[in-house]
Amino acid sequence: MDRFRYFDGVATVRLADAACTGCGMCEEVCPHGVFAVRERKARFLDRDACMECGACAMNCPVKAISVHPGVGCAAAILNGWLSGSKPSCGCGG
Amino acid sequence: MTKEDGVGEEKGGGCCAPPSGKGSPCCGGGSPSKSGIRYEDSFVDGEVGTPAGPVPRVHSRIGIDDVLGRWRVRWGIGRDRYRVAPGLYALGAPGADAPVLVTANYKVTFDVVRHEAAGLDAWILVLDTQGINVWCAAGEGTFGTGEVIRRVAETRLPEVVNHRRLVLPQLGAPGVAAHEVRKGCGFSVVYGPVRARDIRAFLDAGMQASPAMRRVVFPMWERLVLTPVEITGVLRPAGWAAAVLFLLAGVGPGVFSLGAAWDRGIAAVAALAAGILAGAVVTPALLPWLPGRSFSVKGGLAGGLLAACAVMWYRGTLEAPAALALLLAMTAVSSFIAMNFTGATPFTSPSGVEKEMRRALPVQAGLTVAAGLLWVGGAFLR
Repeated sequence: MDRFRYFDGVATVRLADAACTGCGMCEEVCPHGVFAVRERKARFLDRDACMECGACAMNCPVKAISVHPGVGCAAAILNGWLSGSKPSCGCGG
Repeated sequence: MTKEDGVGEEKGGGCCAPPSGKGSPCCGGGSPSKSGIRYEDSFVDGEVGTPAGPVPRVHSRIGIDDVLGRWRVRWGIGRDRYRVAPGLYALGAPGADAPVLVTANYKVTFDVVRHEAAGLDAWILVLDTQGINVWCAAGEGTFGTGEVIRRVAETRLPEVVNHRRLVLPQLGAPGVAAHEVRKGCGFSVVYGPVRARDIRAFLDAGMQASPAMRRVVFPMWERLVLTPVEITGVLRPAGWAAAVLFLLAGVGPGVFSLGAAWDRGIAAVAALAAGILAGAVVTPALLPWLPGRSFSVKGGLAGGLLAACAVMWYRGTLEAPAALALLLAMTAVSSFIAMNFTGATPFTSPSGVEKEMRRALPVQAGLTVAAGLLWVGGAFLR
């Protein structure tokens, strides 16, 4: 995905080092290799590759990861702005 | 009317559809055979007996109907109704120790799984994702922890298999908490590869995914198959825009001219169509090669370049203000449509898309207004 990168410095993903047990679930579920476990702690390997899907936070058994998850979809965000509700899109394909 | 009938009717009414957290499991508790095996589904070719009752057996062949159905939904026709009945299916001749592959009930997804898993003896557990693919359903939470736990209980999976392990597609992870599934139904979750075509290699390696199997990629073909639905999605607003363009084209010194409406309207609508094409097809196809990271810039460049070529081609017949108007409008349209492709890509974050939209929308609106003024104003200057 080297040629497919989006903006740097916008991802909301956070990692609480103290809580991390180094189980490696975040590394396993991340589709963009954002995390790597080194010396029994998860580390950011490539934080700017994060697409905020929320898989890591969802599967962290000790809630050491937080991210503001959502759909990275312009139509959904526009709908959210116009209707004042949570962005959602009917993506099905 | 018996109670059973009542349940059946409710089922038809979609009571099983919304996976509403802790709602009464009206479809639960029954054996897999309770609702009857649907032999009318062309992918079912028999049944397999289990301690929990017969389970429909599916084959791996993809027929002409499956291909046509896939292309139909790619063009956005009946996409939300292209579903498989949720529940347990047998692929090959699975025994009690066969792996359980969990997937969504979007039929395109189900077809890919049964096709790519050809030759395996496995159970396929289909969740009710309301006909949405794994990735989007996980984002919406329908491919979720609650639905996994519910579906395991409803299909009486603990009686069918002698192990306690589910293989989930990795892209289902945003909706499923593996540790919660284990707590909720005793099954541990193993995240399999991103792509179904790696499923056999994953199982052969003792349920180990290589780093490449864990990464999302977005090759040309995957980008292109998503473009028809981008086009069909904007057809309605584009139709309204075309009507407005024909009206605008008729406005001139002679108040309203039908002849001008036709001649100039054709040019304007052609520019609109070209802008949509540039944003919905050219930009996705050339995505990695168009400069910049923001989709609106990539789309604007594609539309602008295409418009420049068109203007050069018609340079004898277009006046300068009209040519400039078409150039600006095509850039704006292509930029806006390309921005919408963020929803189809597997690497754009919502924070990033929001940042991009805050910057791009005012520019796109400004270009459109400028194009409109040039277009109408140009008619008066002639």
